[in-house]
Amino acid sequence: MEQKLYLYPVWLRIWHWANAVLFLLLLFTGLSLQYSSVEFSFIDFDLAVTMHNVSGIVITIAYFMFLFGNRFSSNGRFYKAKRKGYILDLMVQIKYYIYGIFVHQKTPFPVTENRKFNPLQKLSYVASMYFLLPILILSGFALIFPEMIIKNVFGVSGIHITGLVHITTGFALSVFLFIHVYFCTIGKTPLSNFKSMINGWH
Amino acid sequence: MNRFVAKSIVIGVISFWMIVSASASYAEDTVVFENAEFNHQCFKCHGQKTYHYFNEASGKVVKDRMNPYFVMDSIAFYQSNHKSFMCTDCHSSDYENFPHNGELRMEQKFNCMDCHGGDDTYAQYQFERIEEEFQASVHSTKHSDEFTCWMCHNPHSYKINARNNDNINNVIVYDNNICLSCHANLDKYQLISDLTNPNVLITHEWLPNQALHFSKVRCIECHTEIDKEMLIAHKVQVKEKAVRRCVECHSQNSLLMATLYKFETAEKRNKLGFFNATILSDHYIIGANRNYYLNIASLIIFGFVLLGITIHAIIRIMTK
Ligand code: HEC
Ligand code: HEC
Ligand code: HEC
Ligand code: HEC
Ligand code: HEC
Ligand code: HEC
Ligand code: HEC
Ligand code: HEM
Repeated sequence: MEQKLYLYPVWLRIWHWANAVLFLLLLFTGLSLQYSSVEFSFIDFDLAVTMHNVSGIVITIAYFMFLFGNRFSSNGRFYKAKRKGYILDLMVQIKYYIYGIFVHQKTPFPVTENRKFNPLQKLSYVASMYFLLPILILSGFALIFPEMIIKNVFGVSGIHITGLVHITTGFALSVFLFIHVYFCTIGKTPLSNFKSMINGWH
Repeated sequence: MNRFVAKSIVIGVISFWMIVSASASYAEDTVVFENAEFNHQCFKCHGQKTYHYFNEASGKVVKDRMNPYFVMDSIAFYQSNHKSFMCTDCHSSDYENFPHNGELRMEQKFNCMDCHGGDDTYAQYQFERIEEEFQASVHSTKHSDEFTCWMCHNPHSYKINARNNDNINNVIVYDNNICLSCHANLDKYQLISDLTNPNVLITHEWLPNQALHFSKVRCIECHTEIDKEMLIAHKVQVKEKAVRRCVECHSQNSLLMATLYKFETAEKRNKLGFFNATILSDHYIIGANRNYYLNIASLIIFGFVLLGITIHAIIRIMTK
């Protein structure tokens, strides 16, 4: 029996669940804005606008908390791209998920004190936290203050481009969310990762 | 990357931008208008803040101030629909004399229908129908006589916009200024009414991003009854009937398609193969901008993700 590791400090857990709840709120209100109609709506348009704006602002604050935490605690080290051969490792991990897992091979990159994420997790977490989410936040704020946006980019409205960027990254992150939650069920038991994210111990 | 390369890129982009925007501003065309010479005798006085006349009693040339409401902008006049007119086509030819005869003040002015009524040349504008709608509007029912078409269509500068102006933002500014000439200007408003004019910025505080909305939609979008047959609906309704629900615009069958974007949509809609193509390229209206292909693409991607997850999960359970 391997020993338990304390991998998820309190601030991280608070951030993560706040983030998850806010993200779901944003997804829900965002969808209802995008697909609003005269005949039917989940929530009133103006209420959805307000909720979306407020959750957007709060998730931004939470995001800064995450950045701060990763900068000044040791958790940040899990997000650093390090050695060469990363692509190979990634392939190994992908192969494991496509094949190895079904024939009960050992996971190629088991969790240790210094390796919280397997290469695929690392890629998806770095991409979503340091690439997609910032774009989503920036484009979202630009839409709250549309007077800051360049009016016209080669004949297409600047707000329009910003809107497209916002929706596309929002969509990409929602896809991430589904894959993320599914892969979290791949643990010792399907629920063990979720428990870890609640009590901190892996 | 080194500094120099970065700088050159920035400079390159900026100068390209400047060339593009410079070529967009076109040269002012210098057409000579047939009645310009005749009209000049009126513009000589009515074109500026001060004017001169010869005072026979004192034998001197006197300089005086012009009533600011009687000053016309000659540039705007020669861009207007009625640019080919002589002033005296609408005004008495007795105005050629100065001082103008006091009786002239009582002159009966033409209204639009006197000239345009029943004339097939202007059938596309549907003057009769506009007249009908105007008669049923709040302005007309509450103030039938004083409120004429000229209140919104300045006789000396009115120029059709929505029909032939490619820049929709300019159309919006033009059309909104028509309404704001009274609803943001007590002097003109009180020509019609003794009421004090509620400030439109305050009465529309419920509208979020108000500045953006007022520069992207026209007052008439919310305040007139939609008329599918007409480019510009003229029946301004009482405030209780104004559009208040956001989804009337922020939805796929946005009312804007039948109003603001009507002229463009008829032409562009199907060519690009997008739904709401016009709105799509020039504007961003939450709810109405749905890119057909992106929509399909996102559904397909999402479908594959769910399918992948399901298959993976099933095999995992089976091989457990
Ligand atoms: C020498 C200067 C002068 C010239 C030239 C002149 N006007 Fe005037 N006009 C005035 C002044 C001053 C007033 C205001 C005082 C008045 O009504 O006499 C006026 C007033 C008017 C009014 C408003 C009358 C009212 O009270 O409603 C009209 C309409 C008008 N002019 C039309 C014309 C036209 C058309 C011409 C050219 C054919 C013309 N004017 C040429 C100086 C001039
Ligand atoms: C298409 C017809 C038309 C033409 C052309 C026209 N006017 Fe007028 N003008 C009017 C009408 C109608 C009014 C009354 C406006 C109102 O009641 O609001 C008026 C009013 C005026 C007034 C009084 C100011 C006011 O706003 O009440 C002056 C001064 C005047 N016109 C001068 C001129 C001059 C100078 C020209 C030539 C450059 C000219 N007009 C050309 C229709 C015309
Ligand atoms: C004195 C007669 C007269 C009056 C009054 C008059 N118009 Fe006109 N209008 C004309 C004539 C004539 C033309 C054509 C001018 C030309 O082609 O140069 C014209 C042109 C127009 C056009 C442009 C048509 C085109 O295809 O270019 C519009 C729009 C228009 N008028 C609207 C109005 C409106 C609105 C009113 C009232 C607020 C009005 N007119 C009052 C005679 C008049
Ligand atoms: C409350 C203000 C208001 C009044 C009153 C009004 N109009 Fe208009 N009208 C507008 C506006 C705004 C437009 C849009 C101008 C544009 O962008 O071309 C317009 C456009 C028009 C056009 C051009 C439509 C087209 O198809 O291009 C005509 C013609 C016209 N009006 C005639 C009239 C006549 C005739 C009357 C009086 C019976 C009248 N209007 C009264 C506000 C008004
Ligand atoms: C010549 C001045 C003038 C212009 C131009 C004008 N309005 Fe008005 N409007 C008035 C006046 C005066 C009233 C008040 C009527 C009353 O209650 O006595 C009014 C009333 C209204 C009302 C009704 C408010 C209520 O209490 O129900 C609406 C809506 C309105 N205007 C919209 C518009 C729009 C939209 C335009 C432009 C297309 C416009 N107005 C242009 C003078 C103007
Ligand atoms: C998004 C739709 C929308 C737009 C755009 C809009 N309005 Fe309104 N307006 C309304 C509604 C809804 C009301 C009724 C508000 C109320 O009853 O409190 C209203 C009320 C008014 C009133 C009556 C105010 C009062 O309390 O007496 C006037 C006048 C008016 N609008 C003029 C304008 C003018 C001028 C513009 C353009 C600059 C404009 N509106 C643009 C929706 C709109
Ligand atoms: C008359 C049509 C109309 C109505 C009614 C309307 N809107 Fe809008 N709205 C627009 C248009 C047009 C735009 C922006 C178009 C552009 O940017 O090119 C817009 C933009 C917006 C934006 C985006 C601002 C940004 O960041 O880009 C928000 C948020 C918004 N509306 C909320 C609302 C709410 C909430 C309501 C109801 C209280 C409402 N709108 C009612 C037409 C309307
Ligand atoms: C209902 C929604 C969500 C659930 C149930 C969930 C669940 C989990 C679980 C169980 C873990 C721990 C497993 C691991 O470390 O890999 C985790 C980690 C993580 N999740 Fe989520 N998540 C959700 C939403 C999100 C969202 C919306 C984001 C980002 C936009 C996100 C980003 C992350 C990140 C970055 C980690 C790693 C944190 C770290 O250990 O440093 N999650 N999540």
